[in-house]
Amino acid sequence: MLSKKNLQLNDNGDLHHLLAIEGLPKRIIERILDTAESFVGINEREVKVVPLLRGKSIFNIFFENSTRTRTTFEIAAKRLSADVVSLDVQRSSTNKGETILDTIANLTAMHADMFVVRHSESGAPYLIAQHAAPHVHVVNAGDGRHEHPTQGLLDVFTIRRYKKDFTRLTVAIVGDVLHSRVARSQIHALTTLGVPEVRVIGPRTLLPADIERLGVRVFTSLEEGLKGVDVVTMLRLQNERMTGALLPSASEYFSRYGLTPQKLALAKPDAIVLHPGPMNRGVEIDSAVADGSQSVILPQVTYGIAIRMAVMAILAGATR
Amino acid sequence: MSTMDNTLPDAEALFAELKAQMASSIAFDAKLVGVFSGGAWLADRLKAELDGEHEVGYIDVSFYRDDLSTSGLKSNVRSTQIPFSVEGAHIVIVDDVLFTGRSIRAAVNTLFDYGRPASVQLAVLVDRGGRELPIAADYVGMPLIVATDLMLALSKNDGGKFALTTEPWKAR
Amino acid sequence: MKIAIRKGRVIDPASKFDAVADVFVAAGKIVAIGEPPSDWASKKEINADGCIVAPGLVDLAVHVKRGTLTTEIAAASAGGVTSMVCSPDTDPVLDEPGLVDMLRLRAQSFHSTHLYPLGALTKALAGVQLAELSKLALAGCIGFAQADRPIVDTQVLLRAMQYAATFDFSVWLQPEDVHLANNGVAHEGEVASRLGLAGIPSSAEIIALSTHLELARVTGVRLHVCRVSTAEGVGLIRAAKLGGVKVTADVAINHLHLIDLDIGHFDSNYRLSPPLRTSRDRDALRAGVIDGTIDAIVSDHTPRPEDAKQLPFGEAAPGATGLETLLSLTLRFAESAKLSLTEALGRITHHAANAAGLRAGHIAVDAVADLCVFDPGAYRLITKAGLKSAGKNSPFLGYELPGVVRATITAGHIAFEAAA
Repeated sequence: MLSKKNLQLNDNGDLHHLLAIEGLPKRIIERILDTAESFVGINEREVKVVPLLRGKSIFNIFFENSTRTRTTFEIAAKRLSADVVSLDVQRSSTNKGETILDTIANLTAMHADMFVVRHSESGAPYLIAQHAAPHVHVVNAGDGRHEHPTQGLLDVFTIRRYKKDFTRLTVAIVGDVLHSRVARSQIHALTTLGVPEVRVIGPRTLLPADIERLGVRVFTSLEEGLKGVDVVTMLRLQNERMTGALLPSASEYFSRYGLTPQKLALAKPDAIVLHPGPMNRGVEIDSAVADGSQSVILPQVTYGIAIRMAVMAILAGATR
Repeated sequence: MSTMDNTLPDAEALFAELKAQMASSIAFDAKLVGVFSGGAWLADRLKAELDGEHEVGYIDVSFYRDDLSTSGLKSNVRSTQIPFSVEGAHIVIVDDVLFTGRSIRAAVNTLFDYGRPASVQLAVLVDRGGRELPIAADYVGMPLIVATDLMLALSKNDGGKFALTTEPWKAR
Repeated sequence: MKIAIRKGRVIDPASKFDAVADVFVAAGKIVAIGEPPSDWASKKEINADGCIVAPGLVDLAVHVKRGTLTTEIAAASAGGVTSMVCSPDTDPVLDEPGLVDMLRLRAQSFHSTHLYPLGALTKALAGVQLAELSKLALAGCIGFAQADRPIVDTQVLLRAMQYAATFDFSVWLQPEDVHLANNGVAHEGEVASRLGLAGIPSSAEIIALSTHLELARVTGVRLHVCRVSTAEGVGLIRAAKLGGVKVTADVAINHLHLIDLDIGHFDSNYRLSPPLRTSRDRDALRAGVIDGTIDAIVSDHTPRPEDAKQLPFGEAAPGATGLETLLSLTLRFAESAKLSLTEALGRITHHAANAAGLRAGHIAVDAVADLCVFDPGAYRLITKAGLKSAGKNSPFLGYELPGVVRATITAGHIAFEAAA
């Protein structure tokens, strides 16, 4: 009934926070990808640092541990000459409420310019963005099952580098879509950029309710779903999914949904394979595929730095 | 909305002047580094028309600017391309208009992140004064007075001919 | 105190009385409607010109903690509520007669509201051992409930209903299958899938409700279904009523207005229990109220401290403050659903009272003088500062709503009077 303002954009329509891909205009996604293209060159130089964010303070606040993601944000910030501090915030069940907003207030008092936030609860970065000082920018580095926007951006950046034209692609996302923030961000990025067919493939226990409403085609058979695709994104399957009634076992999952060279052969001959990492070899992906010629998993990691540099540079230049 | 102004000098004539100055002075193997976008066009033309073996590179200074907090990041950043070794090279930075000197400062800093050149010179089509830094050009097509509220820039038509244009400064 | 309420439009949904008339109150009762009794001398005159004089509201779902009784009773009075049924999930849980006595005495001391406690159906609401229902009933409990802690063991549930039926006690249950609702924080569907929130499927309500209705049928217990939220749930209740099951039902006013889409950017004020569902469910709930399948509209008043809501959606405490918006939101519902004012007011007065077995919610000579005088044409902006409740957690903050309470009279006492 009330209008729900897009928190991510300022009054000029520029990006002020990066909280989710959903709701981002195509022009902003394209601008981030184009800017990242320039940073790829910087990362290949001998001197990999530019002075763009000199004097800016960036805080990586990780309420949920993730050394990999935190490291990529740290490298990106350092290559922009920002001062970067990373905090692993220990969470206690008794004062959870105080932890988040108090942490934010404290860091703001230290003249923070940007928060990079990882949290196990969906929507936590929104809470922070709503309570942050107006000059502070918030980057979502993964919130619960909701979104992981920089991962989604680096995925489409990787796809664009190999496939150029989004409007002719068929992309399959395979595995635990239910718990995957990577899947949600990638789906929104792909559909916004005009990919005509995005497929999700998995057993019904790992597909969210009404996922079709996000504009994807649902397949429960990996063989059917891979036919004719240009891009395959394999999602990580957490071991803890085996303990409940979601799946019988890792080996049964692999027999149905693990990506082997034989199954990959059903896709287009020049199809590429993405994985957000860390991989579970032999659970969702066969080593022969992960290390094979169609895998672009390592380039994804490389491009991840450029994408995060682009996001930070664009945000730091936006004013309220 | 750029406007062609009849009072502006002919850019092709300025280019000829600049080229003549450089032809008699720059090293046989001097590298030409154009600053996007006007300087890049000039560097390409200079390479084609000057004698000698002049390799060309291009610089986008966006990541080296000092006004991010006030102006934001330019929306169409292009990739800096230096396809030769900067180490020990004689380099001429080429730009269309020299004004405050801040872009040239950024260009020099960019260049030094690629290596340590033997020398760096500066060639500009127009010097409009208004310096805010101790920077001067070695080769100048022409000094020119332009109203401070106007932005002066080089344009290139379909036939590759240069022209100078003015327009009000954009916010971004 | 002798009070005369002048020139108001008196609406009594129970008798369908609807006319401009003066109402005279003395010694806690309504003594005359229309002409004053002989020798009348008012101690207090209330000018109700342009206002509606309705029965004081009967709210069947209020959650209070002992520490917040002062503010929440003030909120009730400001909202026109004169009778409230209090859920047993107080702190401590209402599973001992002494605790019930204490709560009632405390409430009575305010002379502003009738508080009717529901006792715990099982000890500590643990769903294992029956609470002392007869003793609790003697202490004043009007029924027995489990609040938001469903009984998992269906044999315990069967026995609880059999035992309650023995003494004709009513059992109030919010239907939710704990396993299906496990960890869920929003309605399972497109919105939860987009936001990455764990879902509570409609089947969690449908399955539990089916169980409750079947056990009510076999035991003959009086069952009150709390907070129905699904279209299928409304259908089940309708069928059960037709089949002769002794069942009544209520719906939270929030669910007649809001749907899961309103969660927006993870606004924790929209985290409710049961969760907000789809527009299809909302339409069915509205239809259920209109055709009488659903007897009562309730506020489901759940005040929460600020820091219980300033959390990520999934960690925020569910519930919304509601006593002060029940009347306005019911008026707005009547307006949009094309329901007559009399019918709509009936759902928050005498129909609600009947469902709970309370003698309240009507205007008649000799009846207890519980009255709500409000201006139906005036609007007010809902703000945190304007709410008397300790809980500022309203999903309707920033809304401009119709209906401003001018005076609330409870048992002949002026419990609330708006500043002139």
